[in-house]
Amino acid sequence: MDTVFHSLHDFMLHTESITYILIIAALIGITGFWLFLSDSDEK
Amino acid sequence: MPEESATSGKNIFTPFNIVAGIILAVGGVLTILRFTGGLAAVTNLSDYNPWGIWIGFDLLVGVALAAGGYVTSAAVYIFGMKKYHAAVRPAILTGFLGYALVVLALHYDVGRPWRLPYPFIIQQGTTSLLFEVGACVALYLTVLFIEFTPAPLEWLGFKRARNIVVKLTMLLTIFGVILSTLHQSSLGALFLIAPSKLHPLWYSSYIPVYFFISSIIAGLSMVIFEGTLSHRFFKGKMDEEHLAEKDTIALGFGKAASLVLAGYFIIKVIGVAADNNWHYLGTGYGAWFLLELLGFVALPCFLYAVGVRDKNVKLIRWTAALTVIGIVLNRFNVSMIAFNYHLPSSERYFPHWMEIGISVFIVTVGLVVFRFIVTRMPILYEHPDYKGVH
Amino acid sequence: MSISRRRFLGWLGAAGLGTTLGTTARAATAKHFTGHPGAGGVLFDSTRCIGCRKCEAACNLVNELPLPDQPFDDLKILDKTRRTDAKTYTVVNRYDSNSSGSGPLYRKIQCNHCLEPACASACFVRAFRKTETGAVTYDASVCVGCRYCMIACPFEIPTYEYDKALTPRVQKCTLCYPRISKGMLPGCVESCPTEALTYGNRSELLRVARQRISRFPQRYVDHVYGENEMGGTSWLYLSAVPFREIGLREDLGVTPAPQLTKGALSAVPIVVGLWPVLLTGIYAISKRKDRISDAEKQQAVELAVTQAKTEAEEKLAAALDQAKQQKEKEIEMRIKKALEEAAKAQAEEAAEPETGEAGEPEAGETGEPEAGETGEPEAGESDKPEDEEGS
Repeated sequence: MDTVFHSLHDFMLHTESITYILIIAALIGITGFWLFLSDSDEK
Repeated sequence: MPEESATSGKNIFTPFNIVAGIILAVGGVLTILRFTGGLAAVTNLSDYNPWGIWIGFDLLVGVALAAGGYVTSAAVYIFGMKKYHAAVRPAILTGFLGYALVVLALHYDVGRPWRLPYPFIIQQGTTSLLFEVGACVALYLTVLFIEFTPAPLEWLGFKRARNIVVKLTMLLTIFGVILSTLHQSSLGALFLIAPSKLHPLWYSSYIPVYFFISSIIAGLSMVIFEGTLSHRFFKGKMDEEHLAEKDTIALGFGKAASLVLAGYFIIKVIGVAADNNWHYLGTGYGAWFLLELLGFVALPCFLYAVGVRDKNVKLIRWTAALTVIGIVLNRFNVSMIAFNYHLPSSERYFPHWMEIGISVFIVTVGLVVFRFIVTRMPILYEHPDYKGVH
Repeated sequence: MSISRRRFLGWLGAAGLGTTLGTTARAATAKHFTGHPGAGGVLFDSTRCIGCRKCEAACNLVNELPLPDQPFDDLKILDKTRRTDAKTYTVVNRYDSNSSGSGPLYRKIQCNHCLEPACASACFVRAFRKTETGAVTYDASVCVGCRYCMIACPFEIPTYEYDKALTPRVQKCTLCYPRISKGMLPGCVESCPTEALTYGNRSELLRVARQRISRFPQRYVDHVYGENEMGGTSWLYLSAVPFREIGLREDLGVTPAPQLTKGALSAVPIVVGLWPVLLTGIYAISKRKDRISDAEKQQAVELAVTQAKTEAEEKLAAALDQAKQQKEKEIEMRIKKALEEAAKAQAEEAAEPETGEAGEPEAGETGEPEAGETGEPEAGESDKPEDEEGS
């Protein structure tokens, strides 16, 4: 990505949009990972 | 209310029903005025003062006082304080109703309420803290709704669905705490972008932390406060567990609130030091700030402590009310009283009576719905089929 | 390539290595943005403004705004201080009390078209955009009407159509975006009879402004308002008096608006990332504590039960033993007695025989094993309250 950012605002729009996608992925991911991690405890 | 009388067979014209009926009727008229005449017809909002009590009270105070849901469920399910179990359902219910009413109030406040989903489905303004607040409030309302569903499901007798939801308790609680941390603090962070408008004593880079910590205080105090009111008006609906745990909850939550208030007091003072705002303390706004800090943070902190030491539940209850007033005062200060402090008094905001009318209307809707639910669903008592299964 | 290197350094900076790497890393992480290179702006020279309100009229005309009640050639309106509103994008105010000593001064108000617009940073639907022309534009088709832009704007520029029930919009100067993108001048600039307004490339305007200051140092305050205020604005101001005397705030600082919220926004992913770890950790600890205390309780209960049982058994055994011994003693005594009596009888022969006394102590002895039995229900009670706590 060779986007040129002329303003801090444009730069933050870019980074924050990616961050929000990562946040959603992280929330789903950590839930799944927790289930995977604690799977053996239940049995 | 008519439903209430239908089940109990009592007279419809109880004082509560008459007052609530009048408020709802007036609210209905104001609603029509708002959506036919625009904001100018019912509010004193201006180009200088775009946010009034619908944001200051309905949103900021509403969200802070609805914090009891996440605070209680975190205490019981995450920190394992099972002796407060009886407080969970009432707290979740008030939390859910609180957030639902916040969203309802926003429909009055924003210019085009049908576009409220736009930030998520049309165009995402991710640099805005309001985007974050909106996303978290929407998600948390959903979480609270799911957390609340066991009560109606037990009431309606849907055992299987109820058991599935109960299995999700831990996950929902953790999600609830994350989302609450984020949006409670972000409500304070909304004001970070306006350092030139908010008085320096209230503007601080710590303001997100202040809002988050004070939401914990608000949540704890509201649980005590609501417990008192519920005990007064719905005593017949309470089972032995609720009656027995009532004082335990007041003592435990009072102790926690006292401690958190102490921490809050410390970081507030550090905030003054961090921005070197000492000299403002001698001004009129400084006196007002000190009143908030000493009268509504330090004093309740001390009173809670005395109440807990002396096992004086009555004192704790009164302190809870004082603390809640303090939270309201803080949110009013940040959003209205200390906001636009630089403007001449002629340009300052004071709510129109119709704005207050809508706010009262929304609170009344909440009370009526709360009463409807509490008198029917297993909130203040455990459903006999699920007794002892926590 | 340069971006990826910059990113890599950014990661290093985030990992706390930035300080050790020194200035190279810092320069790469603390990015500096200078705006669109060709972006335009307007220079307002308050020493040239005569308060004729021609710019107001032109603005009203080119933006097709509703005509005001008082006509634009009525200068009496300058007696009161006005601000922009939903029907007025620009306003000229008169400032009588100023330190210039040469009569009233005038200042034009309109959107300053910040380089880092607070409104755009605050808008949660991206309705505001800093265009490549320098104009900050607004898109009413996505606007929800939250009015956070109005809270955010340090110049209090955006206004709202409060009286519209269904289609209220935020209203503000557009720098005549439709006109300047066609190569025309903004309406106000075109109409200004005294050249108090100059439209051009912002960096060019800055040069012009500095030139004027250096050429007439006694006429101007040595500051171009808008060069750095709130990170810089596309509108620039020159004045003969301190800027606060012509209604411009001097306490806004130079921090661009997005920078103000950057810290709070960056805390969000951290909370999302670490709270689950922290909370499940606390949960695991409290659960483990519960398990241990449960186990301890169970152990204690078991211990108490077995203790009570053995105690009871011991007591019972002791009682039985005692009873047995006593019985034996009694039998012995009886035998003794019988023997004695027999002996007596034998000795006296003629006397009557006496019995029955031995039956009484027997009844007293049977009471003792009963007392031993009451020990067992007691033990049973003692584990009951503990059971309740465990539930």
